[in-house]
Parts: sequence; C-alpha cells; structure tokens
Amino acid sequence: MNSFSIFVIPFCAGVLALLVFSVWKYWRWIRSFDRLQRATIRRNIWSWRFLPAIWEAFREGLLHWRITKKNILLGYMHRSLAFGWFLLIVVGAVQAVLAYPHGHPFWMAIFYNYFEPECNPVDFPHAVFFANLMDALLIYVLSGLFLAMFKKVWSRPLGMKRTTRHTLMDRVAKMALWCIFPLRLLSEASTSAIYGNGGFMTRGLGRVIDAIGIADPAFEYTCWLLYSIALGTFFCLMPFSRYMHIFTEVFLIYFRQLGVHDSNRKTGYTMFELSACSRCGICIDGCPMNRELGIVNMQGVYMLQSVRNLELQRNAESIAENCLMCDRCVADCPVNIDLSVIRRQVRIKNKAPFDNKGGYTYLRNVQPFNSIGRVAYFGGCMSHLTPGITSSMETIFNAVGQKYWFMDKEETICCGRPLLQQGFENQAADLRRKNTEMIQGSKATMLITSCPICYQSFRKEYNLSIPVMHHTEYIDMLIREGHLKVRHDNLKVTYHDPCELGRGCGIYDEPRNVLRAVTTLLRTDNEREKSLCCGFNLGNPTLDLEQQTKIRDAARDNLMAPHPDIIATACPMCKKAFLRAEDIPVKDIAEIVAANIS
Amino acid sequence: MKSISIIGAGPAGIEAAAILAAHGMSVSIFEKSESPLSNITDKAFLFPNFADANDLAHKLAEKLKSPSITQHLSTEIVSLSRNGKGWTLKDNKGQSYSSDLLLLATGYTPFDAHRKEELGYDIYKGVVTSLDMERMIRDKAILNSIGEKPRRVVFLQCVGSRDEKSGNHYCSKLCCVTAVKQAIELKKQLPDTEAYIFYMDLRMWGQHFEELYRESQQDYGVRFVRGRISEASGTFDGRVQIKAEDTLMGLPLKMTTDLLVLMVGMEASVGTRCLAKEAGICGEYGFAQSIDPHMDDNLSAQEGLFLCGTCKRPMTIADTIADARSAATTILSLA
Repeated sequence: MNSFSIFVIPFCAGVLALLVFSVWKYWRWIRSFDRLQRATIRRNIWSWRFLPAIWEAFREGLLHWRITKKNILLGYMHRSLAFGWFLLIVVGAVQAVLAYPHGHPFWMAIFYNYFEPECNPVDFPHAVFFANLMDALLIYVLSGLFLAMFKKVWSRPLGMKRTTRHTLMDRVAKMALWCIFPLRLLSEASTSAIYGNGGFMTRGLGRVIDAIGIADPAFEYTCWLLYSIALGTFFCLMPFSRYMHIFTEVFLIYFRQLGVHDSNRKTGYTMFELSACSRCGICIDGCPMNRELGIVNMQGVYMLQSVRNLELQRNAESIAENCLMCDRCVADCPVNIDLSVIRRQVRIKNKAPFDNKGGYTYLRNVQPFNSIGRVAYFGGCMSHLTPGITSSMETIFNAVGQKYWFMDKEETICCGRPLLQQGFENQAADLRRKNTEMIQGSKATMLITSCPICYQSFRKEYNLSIPVMHHTEYIDMLIREGHLKVRHDNLKVTYHDPCELGRGCGIYDEPRNVLRAVTTLLRTDNEREKSLCCGFNLGNPTLDLEQQTKIRDAARDNLMAPHPDIIATACPMCKKAFLRAEDIPVKDIAEIVAANIS
Repeated sequence: MKSISIIGAGPAGIEAAAILAAHGMSVSIFEKSESPLSNITDKAFLFPNFADANDLAHKLAEKLKSPSITQHLSTEIVSLSRNGKGWTLKDNKGQSYSSDLLLLATGYTPFDAHRKEELGYDIYKGVVTSLDMERMIRDKAILNSIGEKPRRVVFLQCVGSRDEKSGNHYCSKLCCVTAVKQAIELKKQLPDTEAYIFYMDLRMWGQHFEELYRESQQDYGVRFVRGRISEASGTFDGRVQIKAEDTLMGLPLKMTTDLLVLMVGMEASVGTRCLAKEAGICGEYGFAQSIDPHMDDNLSAQEGLFLCGTCKRPMTIADTIADARSAATTILSLA
C-alpha cells in the first residue's frame, strides 16, 4: 500500500500550524479569564451543562439554526458548508478506518481516492457505497459554495441587503476555502480519468477529462498538489482570519453554558467572543444607523474587528461611541455575542475627572416608614420631563389604594445608567451607591419605575434585595389579579417597544397584555426583538438632531402604518422623541390606563 | 378682469380681497372655520396701543361685504392643481372651484403646548397658554386653578420657538411684546398680583415696544428673569412649582406660582403645510416660500400663485395687513 507522496506536505504543515496556533491562542485566552469567570468555570465544570452545550454547538456550529430562522437560503448556505464539510471529514475518516483496518496515516482519509484508486471489492466491500456517498456530500458542499459565490454578486435573495467589507486576510482565506472543494472534485476526477474509480459525479467528470485527453499522472499529481496547497493555506490562515470562529464558537457556547459572562473589562472570555464572530454581517442590515443614515462602519462586526486588530485600535473608540446602544444587533447576532458589553468596554473613561466633594447634600434624608405593603416609585429623570406619566402612575396608585413613596418627586439623582453607557464607571457607581442607600433605607418592599433605562439599571446593575418592576409589569399584575378594574375603549393603538425594556430586559408581553385590556392593539411590521429604535436613545453622544430625527421618523412611519388612533409606548424617552414630531398622538401605557379606570 | 381665489379669511385674506374687489376683480374667499378672523376674535387687546381686538375684527369683517366677494365659510380647501393657465381648488366635500389666480393666505397655528410636556400643559391645572390668558383678560376672569384670584403669575417666553428640541429654530417675533402686554393687562386688572416674565432675551423690535417694556417695569412692577424654565410640577394645592435657572445671577431657582403662562409661538397651519407642499413651494418649517424676501415677497415659484401673511413666516397683525396690501398691488400690476 502506497501511503505517502510529497504533495501531502502542505496539508500536513497546515494542520500542524492550525493546531499549534489554536492551542497557543486558546491557552493564552483561558489564562486571562478574570477571577469571577474562573470561579464560575471551576464551580460548574463537573455539572451536566456540557450536554446542552454539545446540543447547542451542534445546532449552531453545524446546522446554523439561528441563521436559518432569519433566512432559509442563508441558513442552507452556512449549513451546507459547515455541516457538509464536517460530514465529508467524518465519512472520509470512517471510510479510511473500514478500508484500512490495520491503521493508516491521518492524511489517508483526505486523499483516499489518490492512494486507493482501484477499489477492490474483496478488501473493502462498501467501496462503491462510500464513493457515491462522498460524492453526494461533495455536491452538498458545492451547492453551498455556489450560493456563497452568488451572494457575493447579489445578496438580496439570501436575506442580506448589505454584506461585510472584509479585511485582506479574510479575503485571502476565503479564496483558499473556495478553492478547496472544486479542487477536490477536480483531483478525484483526474484520478478517476486514469483508474475509473470514484462515485457517480467524479466518474462522470473523469470521463470528460479522459475525453479531452488530459488524463495523465502528471496532471493528476498537479491537481492533488493544488488541493493540498489550498487546504494547507486555509489551515495556516485560519487562526488569523474570521474562520477562527469555526472552533471558537464551540468553546464560547461551552463557556456560556457553564455560566460565564463578559465582564466590564476585556478578558480572555472577550477574546473568545471576538474570535467567535464569523463576520457574517447580519448585524448590519437591522442597525438603524445603516437603515436610516447609511452609516456602515460602526456595526457590531466592525466594532469587534476594530477591537481585535491592534493596528486599527485608534478607530475603536470612535466606532464604539457612534452607536445608539439599541441592542438590535445583539438580538440579530446568530452567535449571541454580547456586543453592547464589549462596546462599553471600549467606552470606559476612567481618566475623566471625578469630583463629588459636595456629596448629595441637596437630597433630603430618607426616613424609614412603616413599610408594610409600601412600594417605592422612581419616576426617573426623563419622566420628570413627561409629567403625564408620573401623574398617571399616581392616579393608578391611588385607585388601587397602593401606599407608595415617590422617591424622586422633588430632589433626585440619576440611576447612573446614562453615565455607565458612556463609560463613566466611577461616577455611575457613586450614583448607584447613593440610590441603593436611599432605597434600602426606606425599607420599601418593592421598587417600581416608569423609565426602562432606570429599570434595566436597577435590575442588572444594582444589587437590590427587593423586587424591581417596570410600571407596565406592575399594571399588568394589578389588572390580572383584579385589583385594578379597567374598561375597554374603542381606541386603536400600536405599541412601540422601547429598546431598553424589550431587547434590554425582555419585557414584551406585559405592555401588550395591558394594552389589550384597555384598547384594540394593532400589529406593526417591526415588533418585539425587531422593533425600531426611536433614535433619541441616550446611547449615542455623537448623532445630531437631524440624524436622530431621521431614525425617529422611520420608527414613526412603522407605527403609523396600520393607522392607529394613538401610538402607545412605555418609555418617557421614546415618548419625548415622538412628541417632538408634529401631529403624532403618543401616550404612555400608564396614561392610557389612568384614563380608563372604571 | 380676472377672477381670484383667496384661501384663508384672516386679516391677510380679507384685506387683499377688499382691495382686489374694489379694483373690479371677482374674488372668492375660502375659510375652513365657520366664521372669519378666528385668530383675532380670541384676542382682547392688541399691542402696542391696547386697541380693542374686536374693533379691528369688525372693521375687517365689514370689508367682506363687497358684492364682488363670494364667501365660502366652513370650506376647507384640501388640494389645488393647475388648470391650463388658471387654478382648480377642491374642498373636503369634493366640490371644485376654478379661478385665474390664487392667493394663499392660510396663515399660522399656535404651537401645541402639549408637545412641551415637561411644562405640564393639560396635566397641571395652573398651566395655561398665552391664548388662554388672552381669553381670561378679555373676560376679566383671571383666576387660578381653584377659581381664586392668583397671587402670582409667571409668563414663560419661547415655548416652541427658538427651541431645537421642538424642531423650531426660528423666533416667533411677537411673543416677547405679547407677554409684556399681557403682564400689564394683568396688573391693570389685579394690581396685587405678582407678575414674572422668564425670557432668553427680549426682542423689543417694533415701534413703542421698548417703551412698553420700560413701562411694565416702572409703572406696573412686572419682574423679568433671564432664564428658561426646565420643568414644572403640580403642588397639592393646585399651584405650579417651576424649576429654572436665573442666568444673570447664575443660580438655580424654584418658584411656586398660581398660573404658568406659556407664550406659545407660531407654526405653519395645517392648511399652509398641505397646500404649500401640494404646490411645491415648501419653505422651512412647513411655511410657504416666496421668491425673494425683498422685491418679490408675494410671488411664489408657481405662476399665478401669490402669497401673503403668516403662511410665509411669523408676522404681527400690522405686518400682515401691510403684506396683504402689497400682495394686492402685486396682483393688480400683473393681472
């Protein structure tokens, strides 16, 4: 049995390089996990969580289920390349094991047809079956490759209006990848032209080569050499290109299932997230900055790229700043990378001067009160500019006999989230400390807030010992439990999902339940995870009013399309955004409910 | 002689109609409200000479009685189109009207104070607009939210004007002097009530405006604070608490008042917006655009379509009437 030829060297060198660089990188990254992340891994490493991790890795890494849900063709393209290639390798390995029961070098599985051109039915009875199966799999992969090439020319049918602008390294690696499968077909066909082996497709192409008259061992050797070089090149480039995501995603899924989260500093886990991005560009289409303003250099994929590539680091900050933080890309990302957290890591400005010598002396001292059944109500800064919301909440509290403490009715401080979003960590922490002191000091049993920004802050950034509710959740609870009797009026409304409440905290159903109880709720084209940002989010300090207005108008048009009587929202910020446009009736859910108490 | 359609029976439309009719033109005037001059009849007195607004309305209404003027009240023109050399108008009931020439006098609408929700209009009972105040002055019934004589009234300038957040960068031009006029009226009716005016800067540009400003301080004790009010909130006794910054003192301040009067600015009316758009003569902020502010201020880019009054920009009544006369002269010279 002949089992070696010079042409396998590029392939073997590629595999070796891939192994060495991957292990080196992964080892370095795992070592730079922070203490909390390490502790989480240590605590959960022996749990059963690896089972869902395996399932998710299979579903997302090979089947690309989330992408398929976005667009069937796009999913097919990714799946045929990933799962198809995976099956080619696995079936090839099985074929080699069955054909050589006494062991073989690992490259034999890849170059099987070259080394085993004469299928001897005595030695290996399943040879024909495997040859045909491998051909079928190769067709599967090639169909995906064809789609990928088609997407390069016209991406619309695959559900993508815009695709990613790749770096040079990524483009070279892609070329290598694209060469692999046609070259494999050509190599096998060139062997088949001489020996008549192979499955239905290679034999057919072999006959064509034979007919042209180029079937000779030199041509065959050249083909196999090129195939090996393509493989070797791709493997060498893999650790330095976007194709690193193939393995990294599996690790990321595993760590995530173990319970590891990104922290507010760049860690090894962040590096895994950076590399798990396949740069598919799905984050670009949904981004309001692209949709309404045509800005296409700051979406998730480019932000990660700027953080990853050290030479582009100077761009990282301006890219990170120019974002509404509406989380649309987080909802769209098929790898579930926490893009907003990474963006915030870049935004950190701890060198900014911080002076709070005066303290918060203007705040009144909180007197603990009889806390039985008493809730604290935090309107939020923005609700102060929309007093319709706070006064409606007071009406509702009074209607159900709820004892409450309106903690920011007079003097008030911010929840801290707007500062945190801009990277002023210390300043935000100081505000959180003071608010926590006041809330705990009041001995209130629950905290209700009208502002989704504050709500996300209290829920995720504070460590309060009492439950936190947004007023839509609270009103929904009151109606459900029969404390608040409302009447249904004939108003037709559309609901605007605030980014911070919907994508930020997953509150989609409660506001809708409340609206259905008092009005007729109409559907719009972009709802829930796909809802459009109002443009006046506090996330982006660089947009001017005109740009914000454009983004707002797109959201408005979407909401006005079903011809509602009013637009309902649950965020003072969004309400202000829509109020600024002329002639749009907009109301907060609390206001609609307060007007319909029976 | 040619026929002309005038859209809008305010001071601009009526003044132009009267002149054109006197020169033998057949004039049709369209008004979407039931009666003409609704933006004057809700006023009490006019600056700077405290003339009775009703008198002026009367005088203008008299001019409509010419036999060459056909009035179409309660008729909202919703579209206009070219018809050969002339124009065809359509109202909301589907009726069409034709004429050789067209004069747009669709005017303004007061800024909707609901859009500045932080100021609490329609949420706190003590918050009113300058139009509400004018009505209270006219009816001699300046009362706070619980029906008592107010101890303090605060006027806030530039609500919906010179305000990026409400999308209007322009100055509405007449709120400064209106607030001064209203504060004097207030002091005339209720000498014991304190009057404050919060302003960014006072634009006393017209004849006798500056004198009025001085008078208000010397003779009536109206107090002026430079600074905008950032937010208002209700108090338990139906009054309004305001937060502002006195930018001359450089200090934040809080004040409780019985009435907060929002001096609302002028915006293009719905009619102006729609028809200017339809005719393709849209200018900034939804107003109609004239060809040139100096020489051809009554001409539009469309031949045979003329403009006058506050459909172009904020104007006082005196400016509006003068502009209507200028429009009439322009039309007569071309027709």
